Amino acid sequence: MEIKLLSEHYDKPEYRSLEGYKKHDGYRVLAKALKMDPKAIVEEVKASGLRGRGGAGFPTGVKWGFLPDNGEPRYLLCNADEGEPGTFKDRLMMERAPHQLIEGMIISAFAIGSKKSYIYIRGEYDDSIRIVREALKEAYSAGFLGQNILGSGFDHDMDVYVGAGAYICGEETGMISSLEGKKGQPKLKPPFPAVKGYLGKPTIVNNVETLAAVIPVVDKGAQAYRQHGTEKSAGTKLFSVSGNVVKPGTYEVALGYPLMDLINNECGGLKPGRKLKAVIPGGSSAPVLTAEECAQANMDYESLAQLGSMLGSGAVIVIDDSNCMVDLLGVIMHFYHHESCGQCTPCREGTGWLNKIVHSVLSGQGRLQDIDLIVRVSEHMMGRTICALSDAAALPAISFVKKFRDEFEFYVREGRSKVKGAAHVEM
Amino acid sequence: MADFQLSAEGVEFVKAELKRYETPLSAVIPCLYRVQKENQGWVSPESVSYLSQLMDIPEAHINEVLSFYTMFNREPVGRHHVQVCCNISCAMNGARELTHHLCKSFDVKEGEVSKDGKLTITRVECLGSCGTAPMMQINDRYYENLSPDSAVKIIKELE
Repeated sequence: MEIKLLSEHYDKPEYRSLEGYKKHDGYRVLAKALKMDPKAIVEEVKASGLRGRGGAGFPTGVKWGFLPDNGEPRYLLCNADEGEPGTFKDRLMMERAPHQLIEGMIISAFAIGSKKSYIYIRGEYDDSIRIVREALKEAYSAGFLGQNILGSGFDHDMDVYVGAGAYICGEETGMISSLEGKKGQPKLKPPFPAVKGYLGKPTIVNNVETLAAVIPVVDKGAQAYRQHGTEKSAGTKLFSVSGNVVKPGTYEVALGYPLMDLINNECGGLKPGRKLKAVIPGGSSAPVLTAEECAQANMDYESLAQLGSMLGSGAVIVIDDSNCMVDLLGVIMHFYHHESCGQCTPCREGTGWLNKIVHSVLSGQGRLQDIDLIVRVSEHMMGRTICALSDAAALPAISFVKKFRDEFEFYVREGRSKVKGAAHVEM
Repeated sequence: MADFQLSAEGVEFVKAELKRYETPLSAVIPCLYRVQKENQGWVSPESVSYLSQLMDIPEAHINEVLSFYTMFNREPVGRHHVQVCCNISCAMNGARELTHHLCKSFDVKEGEVSKDGKLTITRVECLGSCGTAPMMQINDRYYENLSPDSAVKIIKELE
């Protein structure tokens, strides 16, 4: 069952405008927050158990708590560079409820004492960019942004920064490099952005959905927020479901919701006559689950970690029995090879080799030892690089080979897919 | 082509962007977009030299940024830049077959400009439209839930 703490009004076109947003209680929580002690808001967010909705799942309040008390200006950076394959929830939020994002950001900025924030939106999202910019104008003219917001004495400026096409800019230090006007290459951590971020100043980077989720937390309190979800995975989450389901789309459910319920109840199940083969539960970086594993999977951080995968950005890619897993791994490896920023050798070379090996199998040139080679190369790519992209390529590769080895072996032996009718399409 | 220049409004835009952020370097990406817009959809080497002088930022730095990001075209493109997402959810819904179909229908090779200068068709990575696959982006606009026929029709109707 959907629980719409964030998405209740997304189907109403008026919700996009300031007037429509205010009609549905918009900016009420901001007025409440500005009367609170900022430290109390941070504590409330900590107590709520809210975790980063962009992929890493790090506790939001704890991240905010890392800011040093050294009098330096602090920046808030909203990560709207939604690029994890399978993910499209942030786009929905920006297009349907831009003021929700802005309100969540002003509250968060007030809590952490930041006077300047940026919303870094991926360049391809032309509609989101236009709609959020329009909403910013409205928010400024209504006095929700700028000097002395709602008479509170709190000043805050917010701007949009448009990316230019690079998956790696969704990594928080890559995003900071990009905002600084450079190649979007990640930086070595520590120091973490909360200590040394944008231009060396303390910076908090949070995902679109995370910042919006601060509104219900501040509105009804941490305990009310914790009514939804599980002990360690509190609250609701927007899931982007795509692939072979009858009704793909974005659905908001409580964390801990069974994966098969999401597929069968919210998404109308699989297409008639098709059987479930696999699900990628958290974007293409997450290890794939077999149909048997899906039956035990709940959509929370712990349940998916127990199954050796991850919740990631909440991008659920449903794969039925008409698909060839070797072909799909080829698509995924092409992506990581294309998106590696190139600064760390294991990633730059590893993603290239994985792409080459899988495509040699797909072209009928594969050898049986190549299957183990995929796993061996992958294992050498993990934990050896500045950011997580290398692991994000290696983990799905290992899971595809280990769980669907018969399909890889068949492809090598026969030079074609084990799945009837699933021809690989060369690009 | 050798003497690329921005329009008067373009120059004003660059000057304003240089002051807009905490560091003038942050203006490079927005200004490259502006150049691309005023240069038929691509950023030429001449325009980089021009921008470097205008912004007082080394050409090497601008080239570094230019070559890193996929949305900047370093070669000429057609008036309509058709980008078909071929990442996983789109691939599962026939996006690669669609790309081939479009190239064949309009007699153009992937990544090349069609003879009449109207089209460039390329495959791209995830555009965040996975629930409405397959999809394509033409210049700034998304077209979703495509079939081979509907995609051909959309492109035919463009000027």
